[in-house]
Amino acid sequence: MKLRWDTAVGVLLVAVFLTGLGTTDGFAGRDNLAFAFNDIAEVALMALPMTLLVVAGQVDLSVASMLGLSSALTGQLWDAGWAFETIVPIVLLVGVVGGLLNGWLVTRVGLPSLAVTIGTLALYRGLASVVLGSNAITDFPETYAKWAVDTTTVPGTFLTYPVALFIVLAAIAAVVLHATGVGRSLFAIGAQEDAAYFAGIRVKRVKLLLFVVSGLISAFAGVVFTLRYGSARADNGQGFEMLVIASVLLGGVDFDGGKGTLFGAVAGVLLIGVLKNLLTLNDVANEVQVIVTGLLLVASVLTPRLITTVSAWRHRRAAASTS
Amino acid sequence: MSSSPARRRAAATAAAVCALAVALAGCGGTTKKDNDNGGAAKSDAKADPGAPLKKGLKLAFLPKQINNPYEKLIDEAGITAAGEFGGKGKEVGPSDASASSQVSYINTLVQQRQDAILIAANDPNAVCGPLKQAMKKDIKVVAYDSDTAPACRQLFINQASSEEIGRSQVQHLARQLGYKGQIAILSATQNATNQNTWIRFMKDELSKPAYKNMKLVKTVYGDDDDQKSFQETQGLLKAYPELKGIIAPTTVGIAAAARYISGSSYEGKVVLNGLGTPNQMRKYVKDGTVEQFALWDPKKLGYLGSYAAAALASGQITGAEGEKFKAGKLGEYTVGKNGEVILGPPTVFEKSNIDKYHF
Repeated sequence: MKLRWDTAVGVLLVAVFLTGLGTTDGFAGRDNLAFAFNDIAEVALMALPMTLLVVAGQVDLSVASMLGLSSALTGQLWDAGWAFETIVPIVLLVGVVGGLLNGWLVTRVGLPSLAVTIGTLALYRGLASVVLGSNAITDFPETYAKWAVDTTTVPGTFLTYPVALFIVLAAIAAVVLHATGVGRSLFAIGAQEDAAYFAGIRVKRVKLLLFVVSGLISAFAGVVFTLRYGSARADNGQGFEMLVIASVLLGGVDFDGGKGTLFGAVAGVLLIGVLKNLLTLNDVANEVQVIVTGLLLVASVLTPRLITTVSAWRHRRAAASTS
Repeated sequence: MSSSPARRRAAATAAAVCALAVALAGCGGTTKKDNDNGGAAKSDAKADPGAPLKKGLKLAFLPKQINNPYEKLIDEAGITAAGEFGGKGKEVGPSDASASSQVSYINTLVQQRQDAILIAANDPNAVCGPLKQAMKKDIKVVAYDSDTAPACRQLFINQASSEEIGRSQVQHLARQLGYKGQIAILSATQNATNQNTWIRFMKDELSKPAYKNMKLVKTVYGDDDDQKSFQETQGLLKAYPELKGIIAPTTVGIAAAARYISGSSYEGKVVLNGLGTPNQMRKYVKDGTVEQFALWDPKKLGYLGSYAAAALASGQITGAEGEKFKAGKLGEYTVGKNGEVILGPPTVFEKSNIDKYHF
């Protein structure tokens, strides 16, 4: 009997959730649930393309910087008197261009994505500071802000609109990854890039597309973040790239590529969010929260390896005893 | 390689996005001018000045950052004060001071049904939505040290009035210099709101006839960076050999300036005054580089905040201008314009009293 890590994370998520329901005042309230999930909306959104990237053996460290750049740009254009309806497509376009740059450097220049996106992590954050400096732009229109805040929920549920959108996108991503040729090619690229290429997969094109989608979603997450907090700043979302990657890895997606499920990644994101909410409600100090998240992450990377090693060792022993 | 379909697709995407942008822009749309948010937090509740302080009030302090030593001092004093009136205080908060990091804490404090939230806001607006939610659920909100937008709290406990800080800095330095000589200002960043307000009042004070023999020759900016403040001080003293005094209304700046002066030939010739913390400045006060400097007492700030929050939660006050409340051993305070309560004049630190303060 073999328990897969992503299933284990799913079970853990349910367990944490039930613990919250049973032990903590205020956890089960609609307001809190709406908040707890909305609070990780941007991380969750960015985790979707990240899952596909990691499965394909790539990584995009520039996502949070793109979020910051998009936030800064949204703020600056809004301050300059542009219509919000014009700002959003422009910001999304910038996300696409940023993704194209990442993808181009990886596929055409042939640099590893880790190196490229460490560079663009600094570059996009730097541009964000150039665009907005250390200012904060506020007073975004209520008409749009209300779609991002946790007090507006889809009627009859505790789901906020960013979370509802995430569910839709997650479903699409799951279908793409697990039920289409593109998805199969991602696993193939992640497992053996050369083999995938010789099998006729257009490796470069697929990778380029992934980076573009990642840039686009990150820029969109920047708009959501800006509206949710009502504050556009160049340093918005600083450090989120780690949270995104940690969530994906926690969900059992292999950093070496070729292995993982979207279900696992989503469970990973939700687990980090629910756990953070539950610990904060119980006044657990921030330092301890960081340690808990860190331990979970180490466990998520370590456990599957341990299982493989142990089962390999058992096989060998079984083989030795029968011969 | 078949790159053309990829290129074609990218071009098509770009075109589609552009078309969308133009189409949406064409529909008119929402711009900043259409927007109007503002006004201080209002409450329909009536104040009952005679109401006793409620027992068992739950107060939560939310500093900019949990390990900020200055704010820890404020919060601890506030928690102690809560004990005085039979309440219970606690401090929670994020480990980084980013704009959004306080938001999850506000939400959880609402779920925990605290009676009041006291916050030193990292960003005046990012915390606004959840604080408004808190107030809707009858949780009182008091900002201290660093204000939120006025609509998002009932009271702001201000360390000292900006006018008092600005004017008193000039008055102190003038007395030390005998109302004569060239002076300069070493500030933080060029766009720091509080610093610039103080400097405006300093200049206004200097325009009075009593200071006709004093001249402000330059204002330099150390960007609250120790190294840069040090270099700016160095540059200032080189450029103006006749300089007699420096005002550094920033804790980073004054410490850096003191470090430069204490080792240089200017020691004893240039008077340094400003705002600093006793721990940073103790050495320079003891060795005579600096005679005096000022800052508010953070413990009193926390103490006042705690009583103000309790007065709100007990219905003694609502945050309207002119309401009065008693803050334990600090005495009576009056709510000013925009819900501001001012702690009082800054404390002046010198050789005789500096050892009583540790922050």
